[in-house]
Amino acid sequence: MESSQVIVITSGKGGVGKTTSTANLGLGLAELGHKVCLVDADIGLRNLDVVMGLENRIVYDLVDVIEGTCKLRSALIKDKRNENLYLLPAAQTRDKDAIQPEQMIELNRQLKEQFQYILIDCPAGIERGFKNAIAGADAAIIITTPEVSAVRDADRIIGLVEAAEIAAPKLLINRLRPDMVKKGDMMDIDDVIEILAIDLLGVVPDDESIIVSTNRGEPAVLDKNSRAGQAYRNICHRILGEEVPLMDLSSPGLLEKLRRLVGGK
Amino acid sequence: MGAIIDFVNKLFNKDEVASKDLAKERLRLVLVHDRATLSPELLMTLKEELITVLTKYMDIDVAGLEVNLDRADDTVALVANIPVKSVRRA
Repeated sequence: MESSQVIVITSGKGGVGKTTSTANLGLGLAELGHKVCLVDADIGLRNLDVVMGLENRIVYDLVDVIEGTCKLRSALIKDKRNENLYLLPAAQTRDKDAIQPEQMIELNRQLKEQFQYILIDCPAGIERGFKNAIAGADAAIIITTPEVSAVRDADRIIGLVEAAEIAAPKLLINRLRPDMVKKGDMMDIDDVIEILAIDLLGVVPDDESIIVSTNRGEPAVLDKNSRAGQAYRNICHRILGEEVPLMDLSSPGLLEKLRRLVGGK
Repeated sequence: MGAIIDFVNKLFNKDEVASKDLAKERLRLVLVHDRATLSPELLMTLKEELITVLTKYMDIDVAGLEVNLDRADDTVALVANIPVKSVRRA
């Protein structure tokens, strides 16, 4: 497809929200009318399927496609909520050596014929699996949380992504806690950007609704009442090139809460 | 008990550094180390450009020139050892 884009979602450190972000951004973009394919590149540690609630529909996987066991079409799983969205699941019983970067480039080429956005959920780490996942990507989204270990790893990943000549990686700060930022107990958006010195794509507040939605296999981006869902919807618009201001993340004070309660708002 | 002491400390010690500032400072230092890897090619280019600039001002022993990144506990320094043969007259 014309102007198709392969975007790798990566972080270095595990557990900062790569898979959750991939699921939410993918479904968000599909909701905006774009044809999207999610690729789980975390071979051996498949998870995007459960986060999407599609784990019961898997027949073939990424390695089957690459090895020619099946056609690409038969491995793609159609999302149950949005017909624009498909998932290519990772193999669960194989290891990362089962694929080569050149094979990922070829797979991306084929996916680009059918989809506008291909989002690659990258495994943690900087070894083989990472190198496979970034092969042939046109853009990168770096996920971090405002913690020293995650930011340090993000810095390393940014260096590797830039060395692989992927155009300007963008930053997604996940699990920000405005209450802790206010007390000076968590780095704020400016602190993280100052350290990593890359463009900000968006900020997702820490939100319990993410855990609930993952329990259900229903990405929070569909939940109109979820703050994290709203943040992901905003990021989707930014991926499309629209300018959307950052959400006001300041948690309402006690007085404001009371006023809302009394005012019935 | 610890929690009470912490609370009292926070109450009276207003000069205490916010933990996010500690995080930022520690990150800054650790990243200086992490980022301080120059590839051999880059180091070679750096050497050549140094020689070009320095020879404008003095006669140096090019063969004896050493340039290295030196990592100490909390700093990274570019250490250059450049034997000077003679300095040009001003």
